[in-house]
Amino acid sequence: MEYTAQDFKKGQPRWCPGCGDHFFLASLHKAMAEIGVAPYNTAVISGIGCSSRLPHYMATYGMNTIHGRAAAIATGCKVANPDLTVWQISGDGDGLAIGGNHFIHANRRNINLNMILLNNRIYGLTKGQYSPTSPRGFVSKSSPYGTVEDPFRPAELCFGARGHFFARAVATDAPGTVDILKAAYNHKGASVCEILQNCVIFNNGTHEAVYNKEGRAKNAIYVKHGEPLVFGENNEFGLVQEGFGLKVVKIGENGITLKDILVHDAHCQDNTLQLKLALMGDGDGFPVALGVIRDVDAPTYDDAVTAQIEEVKAAKKYHTFAELLETNDIWEVK
Amino acid sequence: MTVKELDQVVVRFSGDSGDGMQLAGNIFSTVSATVGNSISTFPDYPADIRAPQGSLTGVSGFQVHIGAGKVYTPGDQCDVLVAMNAAALKTQLKFAKPNATIIIDTDAFRKSDLEKAAFQTDDPLTELGVDPDRVIACPLTQMVKDALADTGMDAKAVLKCRNMFALGLVCWLFSRDIEIAFNYLRDKFAKKPELAEANIKVIQAGYDYGHNTHSSAMNVYRIESKQKEPGRYMDITGNKATAYGFIAAAEKAGLKLYLGSYPITPATDVLHELSKHKSLGVTTVQCEDEIAGCSSAVGASFAGALAVTSTSGPGICLKSEAMNLAVIMELPLVVLDVQRGGPATGLPTKSEQTDLLQVLFGRNGESPMPVIAATSPVDCFDAAYQASKMALEHMTPVVLLTDAFVANGSAAFKLPNLADYPAINPPYVPEELKGTWTPYMRAENGTRYWAVPGREGFTHILGGLEKDNKTGAISTNPENHDLMTRLRKQKIDNIRVPDLEVIGDVDDAELLIVGFGGTYGHLRAAMEELRAQGRKVAHAHFKFINPLPKNAAQVLTKYRKVVVAEQNMGQLAAFLRMKVDGFVPYQFNQVKGQPFVVNELVKAFNDILDK
Repeated sequence: MEYTAQDFKKGQPRWCPGCGDHFFLASLHKAMAEIGVAPYNTAVISGIGCSSRLPHYMATYGMNTIHGRAAAIATGCKVANPDLTVWQISGDGDGLAIGGNHFIHANRRNINLNMILLNNRIYGLTKGQYSPTSPRGFVSKSSPYGTVEDPFRPAELCFGARGHFFARAVATDAPGTVDILKAAYNHKGASVCEILQNCVIFNNGTHEAVYNKEGRAKNAIYVKHGEPLVFGENNEFGLVQEGFGLKVVKIGENGITLKDILVHDAHCQDNTLQLKLALMGDGDGFPVALGVIRDVDAPTYDDAVTAQIEEVKAAKKYHTFAELLETNDIWEVK
Repeated sequence: MTVKELDQVVVRFSGDSGDGMQLAGNIFSTVSATVGNSISTFPDYPADIRAPQGSLTGVSGFQVHIGAGKVYTPGDQCDVLVAMNAAALKTQLKFAKPNATIIIDTDAFRKSDLEKAAFQTDDPLTELGVDPDRVIACPLTQMVKDALADTGMDAKAVLKCRNMFALGLVCWLFSRDIEIAFNYLRDKFAKKPELAEANIKVIQAGYDYGHNTHSSAMNVYRIESKQKEPGRYMDITGNKATAYGFIAAAEKAGLKLYLGSYPITPATDVLHELSKHKSLGVTTVQCEDEIAGCSSAVGASFAGALAVTSTSGPGICLKSEAMNLAVIMELPLVVLDVQRGGPATGLPTKSEQTDLLQVLFGRNGESPMPVIAATSPVDCFDAAYQASKMALEHMTPVVLLTDAFVANGSAAFKLPNLADYPAINPPYVPEELKGTWTPYMRAENGTRYWAVPGREGFTHILGGLEKDNKTGAISTNPENHDLMTRLRKQKIDNIRVPDLEVIGDVDDAELLIVGFGGTYGHLRAAMEELRAQGRKVAHAHFKFINPLPKNAAQVLTKYRKVVVAEQNMGQLAAFLRMKVDGFVPYQFNQVKGQPFVVNELVKAFNDILDK
């Protein structure tokens, strides 16, 4: 059966006008329609926060649960019913502060979940406190003199937890978002999608450099597996490896040709260069990497659980409760 | 040699943690149960991770009570104490009756052993005031070495068989059929027959030693079975029975069993047991923390499984928020709390009943939740089945309370026939409601319908935010919240539970003894002892605590005196006073981490009767 975005839509979102969540929601509806899994075979599970309201606008099964636990709840849902396609929606506070433990363990176990991290670097629902992704020195209601702590960089956390899929898109970039959502669905295992998203009220402009098309042309690089890592308004720049790091070069200068440019390998098991790509763009003169940065096959937890059950079923002779009782030392009183 | 007939006997095996006392005790209880004796056992583990060998903190005990008729507890004090080393004698003597027979291994009472056990003199028996005539002192270690000399086993493996010598000796003392023990070992070590034969050899050596050396001086005893209930039996611990109850309920309901858990003493054995049974399709996930254990179970429940999370008190603190999520989403979930000593880490290996008010009220908001407390190791099976049935049929989380005493204790379990157990029928949303159904539409008994993902036409969103009773959309409407709060409460109040049963002098008791959960055996034994003394007493025991049995108020107000005896500072008493107008009971409260002592109960209840 063919689906349209309309088939996944429900209700009237209550986010602030201009909030990045609106853009992301529209892309998610579109991506789900293109993926083609029926709404009744889809579960969308969120925690608490502005972005975690999202399931209420889905015509699928779903839960808007408690703060930080979306990944754990989604884990149980997927393991108990592997036939469901499960999307987990969290913000940066929900996913990386109160829910940080579940985020890393879902990645480590490699549960087949599509894990969406809507990163606006602020607590919006509680009205403007710094989050675990806010930059050092960030001034907010709970840090009037600036924060004195360093933020998490989501890719680092994902890779550190042995994550096998990491992609990034800007909420306002519908095609870029739909692309990575589809890639996340197609990847078997935990698929982390970081969505750079603006909070118009409490952290306006946090992703300004890449939030509109013109900005992205200058300040972002779309990475694509098997293609050279070039960027710029006319693709005039590229990335090369230098020493232990990456370097931006201009094609045509100093004898550099397209052939010298590093070719993206999202499937490379070793995540060293993928991590370097993922960490670019923090005011370091590098562009922000968008697209699928890492996409490596690995056994999934839910498949392994199912396979082990089948294996043990075949190996053991007891399959019912009555048969289980018989495996014990039994005596008879006459 | 004379053979004396006994009604009951309590044996306590004690030694170093590594001495295999649990196994020896288990085999002895199995051998006894096989001939139709009633059994009740209790292991007493040290809390230390690995205390130094021979030290006072490293002593592990296993007590077994066997009876010709029904026994309800592992016994207050033992008639026979096996002490495998000096530290065991010193720490365990307090569990022995004044005239108890004591078996010691003199090879483990050397100078260094006495020092480790902090004896001041080189004569431990005199120091402890033990009459040497009561003691069977044998060079046990040396005799084990001699028995296994020609097997080629290494020294370490030989020493591991010491427990079997003690077992053989105790089997001789109670005229047990050691062939049963042999069969048990051949079965247990089916893959290591040489190990089975070595153990058997040592049991025989212990038995023969008793027979040859002590027959002239000592009595031998026999416990004939009087109240045999014919049938097929196995020995089962409370934790294993709990796991079996969940498996049985899932099979009856035709659902996948999902356990989300995190290791915690004394609940971990439930995780161990369930993780073994993948051939029955049981799915266990050892989660990253307690919170995820419960949260993942909520997710599994949403997905349509019989979802369980298992823990002990500190874990309940962490799971509370996710338990509450299941309350407001009205999803089935069983939360197993194997209570231990608290607060905080407290006494992790010891038993208390101190989580009752926590599971009843320890959540934010109005959060009604059924609570069931298992009354014995064997009852854990029925309680787990009933908790699962209640959760699935009423779409609610249910707390199943057990405790370290019930969970680790064991008794003979008559193999249940699943066909005799009531059907489990979750309120799946009827197909004809397609198109008009909303998530909080209720069946006649007030239960929300269950629409499991994968069904076309019933997609819906649940959540932790209050929902509109009619549409299921988020609602902050004051009237609606008040209504939903009442509906959730009513749903739990509507659950039918069996009436409270009164045993003893039902009509004319001067004192009603009341308790809940794992103290059943001790209170029952105390009641019977008081009646044997000519007192008019009765016993009523709560297994279903929320909702209370319908006749609870009637029973509690019928008798002139009522005592609520519990292993906490009065939590059940407080709850009953809240629920029953004018109810002011006497209280007996003890929080020692140890089971009640029947004699102490009898004394306390006699005092109340005499007031």
